Amino acid sequence: MRVNMTVNGRPRRADDVWEGESLLYVLRERLGLPGSKNACEQGECGSCTVRLDGVPVCACLVAAGQAEGRDVVTVEGLATRAGLPDGKLSAVQRAFVDAGAVQCGFCTPGLLVAADDLLARDPDPSDADIREALSGNLCRCTGYEKILDAVRLAAARGGGGAADEAGAEDEAGGTDGRAEA
Amino acid sequence: MSERNVPGRLASEGLTQGSRTRGGIGESTLRPDGTLKVTGEFAYASDLWHEDMLWGHTLRSPHAHARIRSVDVAEALATPGVYAVLTHDDLPAATRYGLEIQDTPVLADGVVRHHGEPVALVAADHPETARRAAAKIRVAYEELPVVTDETSATAPGAPVLHPGRTDGHAAHVPHPNIVHRQPVRRGDVAAAKARAAAVVTGEYEVGMQDQAFLGPESGLAVPAEDGGVDLYIATQWLHADLRQIAPVLGLPEDKVRMTLSGVGGAFGGREDLSMQAHACLLALRTGRPVKMVYDRFESFFGHVHRHPARLRYEHGADRDGRLLYVTARIVLDGGAYASSSPAVVGNAASLSVGPYECPNVDVEALALYTNNPPCGAMRGFGAVQACFAYEAQMDRLATELGLNPVEFRRRNAMSQGSVMPTGQAVDSPAPVAELLRRVKAMPMPPERQWETAGGGPDLRALPGGVANTTHGEGVVRGVGYAVGIKNVGFSEGFDDYSTARVRLECAGGEAVATVHTAMAEVGQGGVTVHAQIARTELGVSRVTIQPADTRVGSAGSTSASRQTYVTGGAVRHACATVRERVLALGRTKFGTYHPAWATAELLLEDGKIVTDGGEVLAALADVLEGEEPVEAEVEWRHRPTEPFDLRTGQGTGHVQYSFAAHRAVVEVDTELGLVKVVELACAQDVGKALNPLSVTGQIQGGSTQGLGLAVMEEIAVDPVTGKVRNPSFTDYLIPTILDTPAMPVDVLELADPHAPYGLRGVGEAPTLSSTPAVVAAIRQATGLALRRVPVRPEHLTGT
Repeated sequence: MRVNMTVNGRPRRADDVWEGESLLYVLRERLGLPGSKNACEQGECGSCTVRLDGVPVCACLVAAGQAEGRDVVTVEGLATRAGLPDGKLSAVQRAFVDAGAVQCGFCTPGLLVAADDLLARDPDPSDADIREALSGNLCRCTGYEKILDAVRLAAARGGGGAADEAGAEDEAGGTDGRAEA
Repeated sequence: MSERNVPGRLASEGLTQGSRTRGGIGESTLRPDGTLKVTGEFAYASDLWHEDMLWGHTLRSPHAHARIRSVDVAEALATPGVYAVLTHDDLPAATRYGLEIQDTPVLADGVVRHHGEPVALVAADHPETARRAAAKIRVAYEELPVVTDETSATAPGAPVLHPGRTDGHAAHVPHPNIVHRQPVRRGDVAAAKARAAAVVTGEYEVGMQDQAFLGPESGLAVPAEDGGVDLYIATQWLHADLRQIAPVLGLPEDKVRMTLSGVGGAFGGREDLSMQAHACLLALRTGRPVKMVYDRFESFFGHVHRHPARLRYEHGADRDGRLLYVTARIVLDGGAYASSSPAVVGNAASLSVGPYECPNVDVEALALYTNNPPCGAMRGFGAVQACFAYEAQMDRLATELGLNPVEFRRRNAMSQGSVMPTGQAVDSPAPVAELLRRVKAMPMPPERQWETAGGGPDLRALPGGVANTTHGEGVVRGVGYAVGIKNVGFSEGFDDYSTARVRLECAGGEAVATVHTAMAEVGQGGVTVHAQIARTELGVSRVTIQPADTRVGSAGSTSASRQTYVTGGAVRHACATVRERVLALGRTKFGTYHPAWATAELLLEDGKIVTDGGEVLAALADVLEGEEPVEAEVEWRHRPTEPFDLRTGQGTGHVQYSFAAHRAVVEVDTELGLVKVVELACAQDVGKALNPLSVTGQIQGGSTQGLGLAVMEEIAVDPVTGKVRNPSFTDYLIPTILDTPAMPVDVLELADPHAPYGLRGVGEAPTLSSTPAVVAAIRQATGLALRRVPVRPEHLTGT
């Protein structure tokens, strides 16, 4: 079948989609957007979290056909959605790097979409609110402490989507990223 | 944490001094792959794509032990879209592989020995086509009796899982279903028993834990025109994979070119091969690129797990609270194939007493062959199981003696100069008592922390959470302490080396360093640290980290908390060699301009060659301009170790020890058996924190995996059938952000004079003591004995 949807603000079309394919598979394997991750493919880990018409969902649990005509935002579209030019990071993306919230990084795209959604709803969440909002996203590396730091840092820097220039140094130059939110 | 950034010259290593260049060691520089990982552009193994690629799929055994009577692939092969179906009969060369013992069939050879063992492979043009075709392969199994524990595995007439063993352990094991057995004997236990004022004995059990890395086993094999294959893969050790894959393909190693792709965590679970050889076999058969990606269900069958263990301990102490003796018997279930069981046995035996001085020891550790899932490496590697048991024993002995458990541990804590049960003297700082003091001194979380300003409870802070099972009634707090000891690096005489190639050149008018190693970056941050080392040693700000591949020599495994030590050491030494050559080049070009070129000690700092007095002699770029790049490749080894004696366990078996202590605060709903870990504080000595931010991340991540083992994580294997009952994230639980508490970390930096920069491997120690600290806290809250992890609600309610 053919599936049409808007992905990260652009109309996209996928052909020859088998009816059993998930939105996650179409994004990753047919539309060249592998940022959404395939850690469990059973809706338990949140690593494939995308926004579907504005609502965070596990893309692995959405049949490709259900996305027909709808609006999808993936991790690849977070900066664009925040109105930033190519190559810039959104506040929450920047904060994840600065706070040390990224280790292996496989959970990161889903956590970013979930955190972005939280900060859009609540620009100054409490720790308990952050934990609740991110409780559907498993991370195996960090123990979540640095992820909490990152969300606090993003909130302190102006939260959901505001353009942020902080820490945009050449990485090879070694930014001193001690994040004391 | 120390703010000093003095690289420190180690006379024993014969190096000149590094510099204080910005972004060097000791700073919390950011990950070089961080931006790619937050934009979604970082290419993990499961993200790879190639034109014309096929999808591989594995058919696995539904039985734990069965003879294969026949395999019929005709219908599968006839499925449109299917390009190849392979069974054991199609293998071109070696049919078995293994990390230590080559006992693991590439595809089942007439017998399957565990649930989920690979039987056949399919390549097709769509993953679903491959899955459906695999379901059409007809395998006739004849089920065989299973052995699932020590009793059944060593019973008279028990099926021998690997008859005719010729491996190096076969001659000394008491039964062919025992992979390896290591005793450790020291002192005179019988005499010590007679003097003991307090004796406690206990039997303990540790469930089978899964690494549960989030990035599933994946890779892409691309056949090459020269008959070889290029494999892009998520692994922990490229060269160990290569050593095992090439014989299976019947190719020389130079025809199998491996490149590390993005790795979504590892924790030991990628030490063994999973789909590496399978994807290459399918690619070579079809002449097409083949991608294989496990789903989570298959991942639970696709890698080895942490050995479940049964441990029997007896501890005796004198009236003053000093340990007199320890006896222990540690039985690890290695499952169907050896994997790294022998090394896990060595660790469990040699570290069985913990970070304590004890003059009289009689210990035996062994690993079994059973029809349970194969077990091997997981963070903590044999030391985790022992730590749960000996720390429970230490608490009980303290109670028996009427001593505070921290005070009792302090009286017995080892320190520099202490002698291990193996006879090895600990010749670097071992601040066990200090770590306990520090973790105890941290402020306690407030009582009734769930109460809000308005008076009502915040359910999210209570056991049971928003399930609304309690508003505080029936909730009891407990506090527990534990400390552990882990070896760093490969032990028992293993030639544990790393290779690093470093180049310095002028590019765009600036000195630029390039570091090339085969180190597997699995998330730990080795790439960050390599760049920091290069900046410190070469005084440059721009460092490029080359992708890890097999075009450079082995970097050893990303395991055993060893990479910063060993590959970091190799990078440091390669940089030092480059530095000497650059200084020589500078003397040749500019030496006549200033006498200091000949007389002063020279440093590379901030892109310049300076004297130790701070006088600038030349810009590095000017020295390198117009010259060939200065390059050095170094193979670097840590101090040698030796095997443990097979009868006594005596020997200088370990390179370095690392120590962490935890304090856990829990609240237990005693009516429902629900546990909320309120805080998990850790103090750890890291020798030197090369990247403090990463060090803290390792400690918190390791602590959380220990928490998981304490209260939720276990692969449930049916004791009758040997089948895995919970291979999913629905049924195998790992801690969420709601299960994980605040984790304050106190980092101590006492340099190990034998290690690069004085550093001590960080990654594993926090995984050890976390588990027993949490369980000790639950014991204090409930008064229950709790001899098994994970602790489940029914263990707390008795229902």
